Amino acid sequence: MTTIERSDAPAEVAAPAPAPAKSGGFTAAAANYIDERTSISGVVKEFGRKIFPDHWSFMLGEVALYSFVIIILSGTFLTFFFQASMAEVTYNGSWAPLKGMEMSAAMDSALKISFDIRGGLLVRQIHHWAALLFIAAIGIHMLRVYFTGAFRKPRELNWVIGFTLFVLAMAEGFTGYSLPDDLLSGNGLRIIDGLIKGIPFVGTWISFLLFGGEFPGTAIIGRLYTLHILLLPALVVAFIALHLVFVVVHKHTQFAGGGRTQKNVIGYPILPVYAAKAGGFFFLVFGVVALMAAFFTINPIWNYGPYDPSPVSAGTQPDWYIGFADGALRLIPPGWEFVWLDHTWSFNIIVPVLALLVLLGLVAVYPFIEGWVTGDKREHHILDRPRNAPTRTGIGAAGVTFYAGLWAAASSDIIATHFQLSLESVTHAIQAWVILGPFLAYFVAKRVCIGLMKKDREIVLHGYESGRIVRLPGGEYIEVHEQVDDYERWKLVDYEVYEPLMLRPNSQGKITGSARLRVRLSKWFFEDRIAPASRTELEAGHGHGAAAHDEIEGPGHH
Amino acid sequence: MARTSRKANRRHPLATVLLIAIGLVVTGGGYALLSSTTTATADTSATSQETIEEGQKLFAANCATCHGMSLEGTADGPSLIGVGAAAVNFQVGTGRMPMAMQGPQAMQKPPQFTDEQTAALAAYVASISPGPAIPDPSLLQGDGDATNGGELFRINCAMCHNVHGAGGALTEGKFAPELTGVAATHIYEAMLTGPQNMPVFNDDNLTPEDKRDIITYLKYLENNPSPGGVELGSLGPVAEGLFAWIFGLGAIIGLMVWLTAKSN
Repeated sequence: MTTIERSDAPAEVAAPAPAPAKSGGFTAAAANYIDERTSISGVVKEFGRKIFPDHWSFMLGEVALYSFVIIILSGTFLTFFFQASMAEVTYNGSWAPLKGMEMSAAMDSALKISFDIRGGLLVRQIHHWAALLFIAAIGIHMLRVYFTGAFRKPRELNWVIGFTLFVLAMAEGFTGYSLPDDLLSGNGLRIIDGLIKGIPFVGTWISFLLFGGEFPGTAIIGRLYTLHILLLPALVVAFIALHLVFVVVHKHTQFAGGGRTQKNVIGYPILPVYAAKAGGFFFLVFGVVALMAAFFTINPIWNYGPYDPSPVSAGTQPDWYIGFADGALRLIPPGWEFVWLDHTWSFNIIVPVLALLVLLGLVAVYPFIEGWVTGDKREHHILDRPRNAPTRTGIGAAGVTFYAGLWAAASSDIIATHFQLSLESVTHAIQAWVILGPFLAYFVAKRVCIGLMKKDREIVLHGYESGRIVRLPGGEYIEVHEQVDDYERWKLVDYEVYEPLMLRPNSQGKITGSARLRVRLSKWFFEDRIAPASRTELEAGHGHGAAAHDEIEGPGHH
Repeated sequence: MARTSRKANRRHPLATVLLIAIGLVVTGGGYALLSSTTTATADTSATSQETIEEGQKLFAANCATCHGMSLEGTADGPSLIGVGAAAVNFQVGTGRMPMAMQGPQAMQKPPQFTDEQTAALAAYVASISPGPAIPDPSLLQGDGDATNGGELFRINCAMCHNVHGAGGALTEGKFAPELTGVAATHIYEAMLTGPQNMPVFNDDNLTPEDKRDIITYLKYLENNPSPGGVELGSLGPVAEGLFAWIFGLGAIIGLMVWLTAKSN
């Protein structure tokens, strides 16, 4: 383990000097040759000694990064053979039940990649599985950052950058899903077309602009291809670079523990430990994706056949990351569309689209909201355990529940068939879930957090239940409580609680509306709180423990 | 039954993992019906007075409570006037009739009658209420044009049965069943007679050759497992998403925990 001081302290003095280089040998000579010409040793010294704390959840972002690398590698291979053209051709490849069918060159080349290019199907499946994992890893990484409070100052902007990456990744996924021009992707595009056309006044214009005429036209695949392989990947790469620069600048966060402060990072240096671990981890991720691609079919476009606007298959769904949008559309009750002022108002589309935009907008700005409510201008490098920020955890649980409801709604038909339920009852149940579930989740999660904090406090002050039952001379049975060790105790006491803000007049002596709102939010956030055991309380507890080394506590103490 | 579930496992190991109970019931039932009905069609042409009489007895004992003594129907079941042999062979041969109970639609289950009894029932109903007959075996060989069949299937059938015949939901608890493992005769008869909530595809709508092509396509899918590997129930992106989250990300998180645990 190495300790590294943060930038506002003297730089990185705690690190022991690296092992002396062995003299001689080809490696040393080559390294010296390169160093004399590039002065790279400075960079290696700077970055090689960066410290990363060790916790499994800190590797989720890496999974996203590695999935993206896999996507770039496999995608490059696919571009060699894919024709982004809607020109009509007759299929003459190896999949017998499509022989002789008219289809677009895009679909034809996607089938050729699948059946007639050596390794093509494997690479296509690697690309698609890695795409699903990429966005899943981003999502779960965001949840980790949210629930541990890692978005707090100074990392608010990096949260926004990460959020932008999440949106870009969804756009990447959707454009890619549409490219093969099979029945499923065409149906997906038709839904997007419907969403766009549902925008009041400008919808139809935007749709015609995007598709180069009436849907589907002959331009959309080429346009999506440009977005998919040029514009969006360039943006993703740029934002990933920015994201990582900020990780280096801020240094990594860490969980509370012995010796860990807001001013240091304790963990392993990049060289050699983390480079080896992270490099190896890339191949592990690649291996998992390759196994999935080798053994499990994904998007069998040969079953869907070429796009034709008339058929729609049962079980037509988007890939999982667009599921919440599909689900939102499915949950809207009938009859929300009417004509007013000579225009059709499709509230069956406007409402879900607005709901999704509000949801995404709240995710994007949450760090600023919480920062404003707490009024805390300090830097935070020690992570919260989710239980120690009950209101935030409750809000997160509510958001996850809402999202999960929309997500489940996208598979309402599959839930209905596989659990032998009626489609209508599934839809109604999920409608109720989406509206009521978030409130329930908020209260349950918050109460669970507060309960866990009480338990932590109890353990710190009175020890944990050892499971050893002792019979006292008087015949009374009691359970022996034992103290946690110092390392455990750090985790249980090293957190902060805020108190609700007081309503005070500002410098002009006025109480503004925003101040009232802020105080009200602050009260909501921090009214219910459990303070960590203070030093005095701890010492009192210890004195108590020292009096009888094998501390024995009767139930009366609680 | 053990053999049945092993066969189902070989086809859809993940469908069984993800959707345990239903997958087994549907594929197990499908297999049972496949094995029980292949011979039923062979001897339908030779309908003697004897079989018709046997069919009449079976009908009176098992069907007449709901469908009436002379097929006129009652409050509990529809009239069978004009249904013909094909409908009887489908409904009884797949175990849907006699129904165990009233519900959104008759459920498939192990057939209650032997092939001879089913044939006798069909012969009896056809004798007093002629209608679409059991299809000619030459249309059921799966030797038609799979490309045409595939296109017709996607246009006419996939909206309920899914492009791979994996089945799909309808309103009010009704559903379009999975088509994998269904005998060619029954597929043909279903198109011809429109059982349960299915529309009728008569010979003007889909010609006998079209029906043959659709069967050819379905049998091609059944006999040629996905070149991409396990099909995950052929349910599309929902199954793929669940698999990516649970098994893909699950495996990777397992590796992450392992990687960070080693160093401590």
